[in-house]
Amino acid sequence: MTTNPTQGTRLRAESVTVGYGEEPIVRNLTLAIPDGRVTTIVGPNGCGKSTLLRTMARLLTPTSGSVLLDGGPMHDLATKEVARRLALLPQSPVAPDGLLVRDLVARGRHPHQRWFSQWSRHDEEVVTAALTMTDTAHLGERPLEKLSGGQRQRAWIAMTLAQDTDLVLLDEPTTYLDLAHQIEVLDLVTRLNRERQRTIVMVLHDLNLAARYSDLIVAMKDGTIAATGAPAEVFTPRLLDDTFGLSADVVPDPRTGLPLVIPISHRSSGLPDARSHVSHS
Amino acid sequence: MSEPTAAPIAPSRPGTLRLGVLSWQVPLRAGAVSLVGLLLLAVLVAVDLSHGDFQIPLSEVVSTLLGGGDTGQRFIVLHLRLPQTLVAVLVGLALGLAGAMTQTFARNPLASPDILGVNQGAAVGAVAVIVMTGSTGNDGGLPSGLLQQVGVPMAAFGGGLGSAVLLYALSWRRGIDGQRLILIGIGLSFVLTALTSYLLVHARIQDAVSAQVWLNGSLNARGWDQAWPLIWTLLALVPLALLLAHPLNAQQLGDDPARGLGVRLQTTELLTLLTAVGLAAVAVAAVGPLSFVALVVPQIALRLVGGSRPPMVASMVWGACLVVTSDVVTRVLLTSVPAGLVTSAVGAPYLIWLLLRSNRRIST
Repeated sequence: MTTNPTQGTRLRAESVTVGYGEEPIVRNLTLAIPDGRVTTIVGPNGCGKSTLLRTMARLLTPTSGSVLLDGGPMHDLATKEVARRLALLPQSPVAPDGLLVRDLVARGRHPHQRWFSQWSRHDEEVVTAALTMTDTAHLGERPLEKLSGGQRQRAWIAMTLAQDTDLVLLDEPTTYLDLAHQIEVLDLVTRLNRERQRTIVMVLHDLNLAARYSDLIVAMKDGTIAATGAPAEVFTPRLLDDTFGLSADVVPDPRTGLPLVIPISHRSSGLPDARSHVSHS
Repeated sequence: MSEPTAAPIAPSRPGTLRLGVLSWQVPLRAGAVSLVGLLLLAVLVAVDLSHGDFQIPLSEVVSTLLGGGDTGQRFIVLHLRLPQTLVAVLVGLALGLAGAMTQTFARNPLASPDILGVNQGAAVGAVAVIVMTGSTGNDGGLPSGLLQQVGVPMAAFGGGLGSAVLLYALSWRRGIDGQRLILIGIGLSFVLTALTSYLLVHARIQDAVSAQVWLNGSLNARGWDQAWPLIWTLLALVPLALLLAHPLNAQQLGDDPARGLGVRLQTTELLTLLTAVGLAAVAVAAVGPLSFVALVVPQIALRLVGGSRPPMVASMVWGACLVVTSDVVTRVLLTSVPAGLVTSAVGAPYLIWLLLRSNRRIST
């Protein structure tokens, strides 16, 4: 737990309903994102967590309700104005071949630039700082397709960092990465939060990583919020069963004391303990 | 879309130009490639002007251009040949830029006005006018007078623009996807080509011959009537294209990242498409559908310059080089062949190579 205890909130969803077609995916959802914290949205596939994140980044328009940014409806703001206050890293983005890391990161300055001011000294400083912070400065002259998955994701995060916004939204930043690189990326996210006081909202699949790296967990099911709270409050066997249909033991992580979710496989359902969990549901 | 092996040259670090609140990155390598292209273009233009029914030595051409030469040379170079060469240059500039913009917009090297059906739409418009108005006894040439100066180009422009609007409407599914745009464009091209064939089949033979001359894409007997619309269009659309370069750099990253960076995606993409179509349609209206220039040149320029999207200015300059070269070829070597066939002869093998390469990538 990091910064100011007086919980401000610059970004909030008010009774948001949103969907792609007729059927709403997120229903009447209200959520306040605490400033200066790491908030992670978890939930089973299709629960609407990415849809919620995309709506809060103004990529989708709610059919009813609204997303408030700094107290005003976000959808009344110009696209560029939103991009100066809030950065989004979409799920598994693909850069065009031949794009160099430094050029990708420089694109992060786009919302701050005009046609007559496309590369100010300030732009250059912010980009250099973003490269340094993400440890990608030495990769600057390399094309993205030549990098490893972890390096590439760090470069994309450097781009959102160059956007220089207090709010950073990350949609499954660890997808397709091996475990070591997942840790590397999430450690970087933590540093953005701790050292740069960025408010982070992310969607994660891995519950243990969510527990490890988040101040606040938002568990979603069927387009609504099933539970919010600190990892230890949210990750209980009961909630995991209700929300994910997952029977699991939750034990304290021996190193951090944070909850550790240990799924119980149906193949080991011969164990009496597992059977007792299944019978609860 | 280029494979790592296809872009072996790492682009040099761009320079920076700062003046008070003004600041730009200056792509040095693209500048150098454009400069080399301009020098080559100057040579090609001089060669083009020196050849024809009556050969004028290169040195005489240059001195005539600089204000010297005798009355005969001045008449031949400045009045007979320069307008046609100028049209070749302008058409090349327009097609090169049009291709660079569509390929950037669709994030795909196959997306060029000739693949997307813009040229074919323009052809339907032009052929309709030629066939429906009938040749006025000018021996299978183009219709004459006002119809040639205004009717055919306007119909071609309208046809090109119309097919682009149709393409955009058909491809729109909560956004434009490059692959879908190309597939629908190819389908649209077939329909439009069939429509042109229908018009030709039902035309009187003389009109069909006139239409065919236009359809082959010919620089012959082009002059100021074709040059002026091109000049005005380029003056209007080149600055717009250069302004669009900045949002297009962000658009390259994909729809969601671009919108996350504050790009007004729909506006940017629609303006890009309109600019490209406007340029292509005016070029096609002037000289007929010169195939493959818009497809090939931006990719060549991309390989010369490096980077992640075809460079605009270099594509223009090298487009002009290609079209003037094909004019030289038709004047010197193959006097009876229209320039469109020369560009096709260069472009078609390239297209096959491009398709083979993308196939290979899918299979790996």
